[in-house]
Amino acid sequence: MLAYIGRRAVLAIFTVWAISVLSFAIIQLPPGDYVTSYIAQMASMGSVVTDEEAANLRIQYGLGQPIYVQYLKWMKLIVRGNFGMSMEWRRPVTEVIGERLWLTVVVSVAALILTWALALPIGIYSAVRQYSPGDYLATFVGFIGLAVPNFLLALVLLYLGFVFFNAHIGGLFSPELQDAPWSWVRVWDLLKHLPIPAVILGLAGTAQQIRIMRANLLDELRKPYVVTARSKGLPETRVILKYPVRVALNPFASTIGYTLPYIVSGSIIVSLVLGLPTVGPLLLKALIAQDMFLAGTIVLLLGVMTVIGTLVSDILLVWIDPRIRLEET
Amino acid sequence: MPADVKEQRIFVASQWQLMWWRFRKHKVAVASAVVVVGFYLAVLGADFLAYSDPNASEAQRSLMPPQRIYWFDGWRFGPYVYALKGGRDPQTFKRVYKADPSQKIPIRFFARGFEYYFLGVIPANRHLIGVDEGLDAAQTIFVLGTDVQGRDLWSRLMFGTRISLTIGLLGVTASLILGVVLGGLSGFYGGIADTVIQRIIEILRSIPTIPLWMGLAAALPREWSVLQVYFAITVIISLLGWTELARVVRGRFLSMREEDFVVSARLVGCTQMRTIFVHMVPSFMSHIIAATTLALPAMIISETALSFLGLGLRPPAISWGVLLQQAQNVQTVAISPWLMLPAVPVIIAVMAFNFLGDGLRDAADPY
Repeated sequence: MLAYIGRRAVLAIFTVWAISVLSFAIIQLPPGDYVTSYIAQMASMGSVVTDEEAANLRIQYGLGQPIYVQYLKWMKLIVRGNFGMSMEWRRPVTEVIGERLWLTVVVSVAALILTWALALPIGIYSAVRQYSPGDYLATFVGFIGLAVPNFLLALVLLYLGFVFFNAHIGGLFSPELQDAPWSWVRVWDLLKHLPIPAVILGLAGTAQQIRIMRANLLDELRKPYVVTARSKGLPETRVILKYPVRVALNPFASTIGYTLPYIVSGSIIVSLVLGLPTVGPLLLKALIAQDMFLAGTIVLLLGVMTVIGTLVSDILLVWIDPRIRLEET
Repeated sequence: MPADVKEQRIFVASQWQLMWWRFRKHKVAVASAVVVVGFYLAVLGADFLAYSDPNASEAQRSLMPPQRIYWFDGWRFGPYVYALKGGRDPQTFKRVYKADPSQKIPIRFFARGFEYYFLGVIPANRHLIGVDEGLDAAQTIFVLGTDVQGRDLWSRLMFGTRISLTIGLLGVTASLILGVVLGGLSGFYGGIADTVIQRIIEILRSIPTIPLWMGLAAALPREWSVLQVYFAITVIISLLGWTELARVVRGRFLSMREEDFVVSARLVGCTQMRTIFVHMVPSFMSHIIAATTLALPAMIISETALSFLGLGLRPPAISWGVLLQQAQNVQTVAISPWLMLPAVPVIIAVMAFNFLGDGLRDAADPY
């Protein structure tokens, strides 16, 4: 079991490395650099940047050096917890990102928890009461959840909230608490705003998990050991929950690794629509302004976050399914 | 038909025939197939279905609501609309439009309109609907209303369908090639190639895709032409979409490598290429088709999402995502809800491809 977790951890480190290279490469791809876009920005405001100033800026940010040198420099700083300067904001990247990253984590984890909390009971119900009206309803909602891209769902909910309740349902905080320091009132306010983004982000994943759970459990329910358990006189709930559900949970847990990146991805674009103070809107702005350290850091941190989440799900899987433990020893 | 004859028919039927019978039983999938065919017919005939130039803009027609069509003129079938007069609300300064009941404009079928090349080659000027000679359709009919720049939404939707659906198709073709080659290598040879490719897939799948796509798409030079951006976006969405297809292909290769017919093909001295393409690929062709159909909706959604963010296709290109960009702002949508209409074909197309793919997957293994 330790060997298994160790192997997953090595893979996770590899993934993080790949993500760091990719995120750095992406930032390097656009023609020109931050200074060119800074000059264009200044020119549009009517002021001129002299060649000398431009050269100084390039030296200051180390833009003239070969790409691999820039990458190594960046990595060296990151190891020390310094993610570089945001060129657009003229402040350290960590400061600009600030609590936005944690809010991204909060929103994503809330969506993930909601996905499980809904998919598990609904999936079990759908399998046990196959072809009942409830099963059909779950299937139908599931298909809608899969077919409607989450940013469209956010848009529609926002519109309905605006038309019918004349309220803006976006955001994560009430306006008066937007910039307030953390307090219990603010945490409570956050919790009150969390369900809508969580539902929007979690719906597609929930739909998928319901289908997986239903299919797995249906396979298990037909096996002879269930009949045996039932004929021994075990109460029905115990028959179902004790054995087949536990077996069916296995593929359920192994898909967490793919659900999390999906939710994090979705949170970026949904945040833009709902105006959530996560890293999503920041990333879009940074990419457009070619603010390379900021954009690179956001892509990197999001990647690392999902890798950690995936690793946790792998460990969960070992804990749930003894077969994997046995295979490895 | 007596039962035994029916049974015999099953014994002599070819594999594709069995699949077709199985597929036909899945009613929802058959209906979805019809919808998908309809969508691609609209792709071919976009300029015929549109009635006004999708790029003709005019401030005088800004944000017109969908127009009411009267289908019956008295008791006779003869659809017509009323001419619209634009003005400003004296209090809010918003543009408002009023129907003028004294001016009836009949809608003609197969009417003359703007010039185009049907299927790209045949010069034509007939459109599904239009107005009498001497009138301009762009000035008079607004089936789904207009956008901020006064461009006709229906016509733009038709052209958007063309781009969104072909980009999905091209993207899926590119990922199919990548998926089959890499998945095939992985499954057929095994060993180090398999390990390396599997690790790459795992790494790619554990990266949140949207930030990555955003990064790649933002890197496209601003001065690129519409066509260049179109192909670049296709490549971007297919680069990350091949993993699922590769997984399916690898699984098939693995399960088939030791099958008798493959072993015997190898023993009688078939070259590796021949073993793969003549003996193995045809036997899991149906699985690949099903997996491809299931991969299409993700492509469509990706393109829509990227263009919606302003990182994908850019105007003057028209796609569903570009059209939805106008609906980004709640205030705008609250005043002009019809701007959200391009979401409808997105949802229908995604659902249809999902159901069709489900049906195909079930039919892929008819035994």
